[in-house]
Amino acid sequence: MNKINQFITSFGWPRIIIALFLLSLFIIAPFVGVNVATSLSDTIVRFGMNGILVLAMVPMIHSGCGLNFGLPLGIIAGLLGGTLAIEFNFIGPVSFVMAIIFATPFALLLGYGYGKLLNKVKGSEMMIATYVGFSSVAFMCIMWLLLPYSHPTMVWGYAGTGLRTTISTEGFYLHVLTKFLQFRIGEHFMFPTGMILFFAFLAFLIWAFLHTKQGTAMTAVGSNAVFAQASGINIDKIRVQSVMMSTWLGAIGILVYQQSFGFIQLYMGPFYMALPAVSAILIG
Amino acid sequence: MDNISAPVLKMRNISKEFYGNKVLNDINLTLKKGEIMGLVGENGAGKSTLMNILFGMDVIQQTGGYKGQMFVDGKEVHYTSSFDAINDGIGMVHQEFSLLPEFNVAENILLNREPESYSFVSEVFGDRLNTIDRKTMKLISDAAIGKLGVSLDATTLVGTMPVGHKQFTEIARELSKEAIKILVLDEPTAVLTEQEATILLKAIKNLANQGIAIIFISHRLQEVVDVCDTVVVMRDGKIVQKEDAKDLTISQIAHWMVGREVDDEVTHRTFDYEKQPVVLSVENLWVDMPGETVRDVSFEVHQGEIFGIGGLAGQGKLGIPNGAMGLYPAGGQVIFENNQLKLNEPRNFLDAAMAFVSEDRRGVGLLLDESLEWNISFAAMQINEKYLKPYLNGLIKWRNEKEIQAVSNQYIEALQIKCTSSKQKAKELSGGNQQKVCCAKAFALEPRLLFVSEPTRGIDIGAKSLVLQTLRDYNKNSGTTIVMISSELEELRSICDRIAIVTDGKIAGILPASRPSHEFGLLMVSATEASNE
Repeated sequence: MNKINQFITSFGWPRIIIALFLLSLFIIAPFVGVNVATSLSDTIVRFGMNGILVLAMVPMIHSGCGLNFGLPLGIIAGLLGGTLAIEFNFIGPVSFVMAIIFATPFALLLGYGYGKLLNKVKGSEMMIATYVGFSSVAFMCIMWLLLPYSHPTMVWGYAGTGLRTTISTEGFYLHVLTKFLQFRIGEHFMFPTGMILFFAFLAFLIWAFLHTKQGTAMTAVGSNAVFAQASGINIDKIRVQSVMMSTWLGAIGILVYQQSFGFIQLYMGPFYMALPAVSAILIG
Repeated sequence: MDNISAPVLKMRNISKEFYGNKVLNDINLTLKKGEIMGLVGENGAGKSTLMNILFGMDVIQQTGGYKGQMFVDGKEVHYTSSFDAINDGIGMVHQEFSLLPEFNVAENILLNREPESYSFVSEVFGDRLNTIDRKTMKLISDAAIGKLGVSLDATTLVGTMPVGHKQFTEIARELSKEAIKILVLDEPTAVLTEQEATILLKAIKNLANQGIAIIFISHRLQEVVDVCDTVVVMRDGKIVQKEDAKDLTISQIAHWMVGREVDDEVTHRTFDYEKQPVVLSVENLWVDMPGETVRDVSFEVHQGEIFGIGGLAGQGKLGIPNGAMGLYPAGGQVIFENNQLKLNEPRNFLDAAMAFVSEDRRGVGLLLDESLEWNISFAAMQINEKYLKPYLNGLIKWRNEKEIQAVSNQYIEALQIKCTSSKQKAKELSGGNQQKVCCAKAFALEPRLLFVSEPTRGIDIGAKSLVLQTLRDYNKNSGTTIVMISSELEELRSICDRIAIVTDGKIAGILPASRPSHEFGLLMVSATEASNE
């Protein structure tokens, strides 16, 4: 009994309730005609799709910038990368690599500005981050229409200008990671090996970074900024770095999401993307 | 029984411990109706704790309550919340204002006790929808202000008033409580100009004549002598002297405040600093540190010396190391080993091989949520590139956990830090051990000059002597020059070669530590008085 109590306090009631809820869903599922193998498979796919977006929270949390409600900013960089890769007609796996390459400068640039802004509003980062996320989405709603894209799969058919709200990634980078080393068990269960491996790789990079001198400094800034400052650390610089990393991870995250999902969602697509990732961090 | 001369407040054998650290020891006090009692003592002497007990503050309950008895109006009381104390007519004015700047004087005075008018709406929805009776409110506030004997418009916004008037508002709030019998004023004149202070002191006398007993806490001894009937001097949690204020002089009180019975037993260092070259010279330093402003400070420190900086709280002694380090905006010149230091850049300070042990252990000194290993190694890792394994030609600098653990264990052993392991979190240690971790962090930097600020603040006597011994040994073994800042004069006298007393942001004087303590005490207070005139 004591051990159970100990487990409950260390694991926490909220998590137990959520786990029980999930378990009950899986138990009920067969009775309403949902295939358990399919839903398990979907769960894993969803995990892979959202994993990197959640990972995009980590650097900013470590540097004490709070939860990255400005994730849409990173997502926009990813969208720019993805659409540019298609615009220049890269196809297949190459388009995914090119999308990452195109997205990177945008992510770093936007992240830099975003980081500078967050340094000016220390203490209320999360609120400002939310504004940044929402307003950048609104701004890009205009830009998607105005930017001179011309690839026929992406622009509105009747006008020939302006991007569509959803763009298929088929023929470009659809399932490039998901299909890599993919295996099936039975008829309904599919394991997206490549996507999970890619997530694991990025997670490893972050883990490794946090074990370096620079990463240690980042954690210290988040743990006690004054301590870090008194140890000769330039807090503002470290914070900007963490925001840039987070934004870049957001960009990569959305590309991975799209390659599995099959569509690039523009306009209001990124609007609420930060919320599932934030809740994942809060529960975890 | 004669009610008039019966004490309003009587405290018997009051003792209080914080985590086994005795801060109040057998306090006995009586306060008569209309009496003004001056309560003086160095920082940490126990004044605030005593007042917290009287006022039933939560912190007393949370740390295990107190021992002893307290009588208000002859009735034994044991407050567990400040509301009980307020109901019994005890008022307290704290050093920091607790006023709403956007509200006017009357609103502040009667906050949450507003007179209400009854309307038909309240008939339906209950008392919460009563309206505020502004007319009565102004009457009550004006009465309270009148009692104080000052002129203050009850309709001015508090945010727009000078500090003196804010202080009056605070006091008026206490006075507006009808049953007020005892009023505690904690350093009421600290923020006031001389003129405002004079008015306030007059008001206090006025109140006492109306029969309110007043406990007056102040560092300005002249005021205490001027206004109080009796003076109670506290030191190390005890009342050392209780006298009629009439025939007292400031130097007498200063002597009681700082003096120790064991005065002669203090052994002083015999280090011939004058033969050593000057390593640090500070010229015309100013530091804008809130509450510890440094105006114009110059001094020189010799190689291998232990240099003390003392003075009362708020006079600026803490600003000196914080400004030199670059944690607060500063100007002037700091020259270390013939190189002028660029101020306002902590990195330059550390790169020059200086280190700083902050007085704010929990805020600046430690990563509370991280392991001791991190706390000890972090600064040295970032500044001296220690405990790192380079890969790819130094592109990647990996943390060397083994070295970090080794160095942590080395310091844990050397400084006798009590912990379960080097992986324990810093916040779980006791104050004294946390302080040793802070020292270890600074030692790991291998500085040639070490600033140590309030190294013994908030730790018990046993830990104090250990920390001081650690500093002494460090100075002796590695020849590091130490500049130590402390509020405790005796501590400075026991460890330093010379001591500078900082008053009002300036150096009031630098004396060898072997001089008798009352000379330092005079430097602390006399200059304060001079600056007030």
